[in-house]
Amino acid sequence: MKIFLHNRSMLPGLVLTLIFTGAAIVSLVWVPYDTTVLNIAERMKSPSLQHPFGTDQFGRDILSMIMVGARTSIAVALVAVGIGMLAGVPLGLAAAARKGSLLDEVIMRMNDLVFAFPSLLIAVMITAVFGASALNAIIAIGIFNIPVFARLTRGAALTLWSREYIMAARVAGKGPARISVEHILPNVTNLLIVQGTIQFSLGILAEAGLSYVGLGAQPPTASWGRMLADSQTMISLAPHLALFPGLAILLTVLGLNLMGDGLRDVLDPKLRRSRS
Amino acid sequence: MLQYFLKRLLSLGLSLVAASVVIFLALEVVPGDPAAYMLGVNAQEDTLNALREQLGLNGTILQRYLSWAGGLLVGDFGTSYTYRTPVSELIGERLWVSLPLALYALTLSTLIAFPAGIWAASRRGSYADAGVMGVTQLGVAIPNFWFAMLMVLVFAINLRWFSAGGFPGWEDGFFAGMKALTLPAIALALPQASILTRVMRSSLLDTLGEDFIRSARAKGLTRGQAMWRHALRNALIPVLTIMGLQFSFLLAGAIIIENVFFLPGLGRLVFQAISSRDLIVVESVVMLLVFAVIVVNFAVDLAYALVDPRLRRRR
Repeated sequence: MKIFLHNRSMLPGLVLTLIFTGAAIVSLVWVPYDTTVLNIAERMKSPSLQHPFGTDQFGRDILSMIMVGARTSIAVALVAVGIGMLAGVPLGLAAAARKGSLLDEVIMRMNDLVFAFPSLLIAVMITAVFGASALNAIIAIGIFNIPVFARLTRGAALTLWSREYIMAARVAGKGPARISVEHILPNVTNLLIVQGTIQFSLGILAEAGLSYVGLGAQPPTASWGRMLADSQTMISLAPHLALFPGLAILLTVLGLNLMGDGLRDVLDPKLRRSRS
Repeated sequence: MLQYFLKRLLSLGLSLVAASVVIFLALEVVPGDPAAYMLGVNAQEDTLNALREQLGLNGTILQRYLSWAGGLLVGDFGTSYTYRTPVSELIGERLWVSLPLALYALTLSTLIAFPAGIWAASRRGSYADAGVMGVTQLGVAIPNFWFAMLMVLVFAINLRWFSAGGFPGWEDGFFAGMKALTLPAIALALPQASILTRVMRSSLLDTLGEDFIRSARAKGLTRGQAMWRHALRNALIPVLTIMGLQFSFLLAGAIIIENVFFLPGLGRLVFQAISSRDLIVVESVVMLLVFAVIVVNFAVDLAYALVDPRLRRRR
């Protein structure tokens, strides 16, 4: 625990992440103002004591919108990381267990193929077929996460397969599937946690980008990217409309990245000394 | 080298075929008949049939795939359902905005990242290093379209140095065009430059710790000489990989950034096509971008083999 708090990036990262997940959780039960109620009389107010971040073009409180938007961002990115891990990790384990086999080759080539489709293009295709929704964003980002986790798992698992204790497990008569689950998986978990944090932050950026161009969350679902898109035409009249949602994205992603760096330093003792 | 090249070429071909099948099948499941969409609800059955024939919509799924893929090979992307012009013409026009934008951004990102990464690595642990790393930490976290909006606010609306959006076309001269692309290119380059700076720095630090650098120092080279003559070239391999990967992010990112600046590029084309359900345009733009990603990564693989002869044998 001490190492955790003494790490230079861990503490600020953790604080920022807690603020935004906290805001998302609190928004489930309470927000300063109801974001579904329009109040034209109060529209485009600059930040004040009543509305710390001001109000938007429909008179909605921006602080409340950001709290509700945090929910969308976090939910989309979290599920997308989940998809990537649930599909990618078993694929990576299987490929490593059967290194050089047809299975390995097929899995890795499929990964290469998916890698050629940036999540934006996957989202473009899904939207062209099914129309835009937050679900699209989840699927598009999730699909792009699969090869990330598959490659990482395979690479890490391959080095583990040459270790003596794996040899011992084989001598003891354990099959490749059992070894993968009992011995390989626990030893790649640290790496997966670190990469998970990074993909989580990339997912939040991707969700914001997709919602900004209209391929992600649709109104009335509050989303940071959507708020930025709506603010664009009014940016010269009311810069605060664009300022706060953008800062929310920046700080959340920054927090997650710092936490990821901190986790990497803490969880990988080899790096603790060599990195400045 | 030839064997290595041929092997990579074969896998390039296979990737392209696989990608085209995925894209074709994905958009094949779309309900609705483009011919009916183009002609409206009162169209006669034989007119519909004639148009379907003309668009290549008749026949089995395999026939349609082959005729589409065959067309791609000779640069025939089909005819847009809404514009009624060849898709290749539409894409060709837009490419003159998107491609220069992506290349401009790639150039900027390289020009920023190389010196910054080398500078930080050569002053490891100093305030300069910490400063560079702090800035890149922000650069990675900032959503580039938001950064673009802030730049519009400052440089276009307040200072009036640039126009807030639009593209005059290259007919007005090279500099007018480049000026219109400058803010978008900076916005696009910032996150990539940040990533590249970090990669450059850590790769250079790794190389500087190698035995051959100690040998170079032992024979009397200064730290700087050892770095410029020996470390830099060896540190370039991971940097090239990331640059290759980044090209795809730049092309995809261009689609979003074009939206901020109302640039008539591929991004605008694809969003208009989505809203008018002009699927053949969507299909073609996606195919083109995926094609670019695959080919660039192929080129990066070849570039490695040139930079590092050991890699030719290892695979």
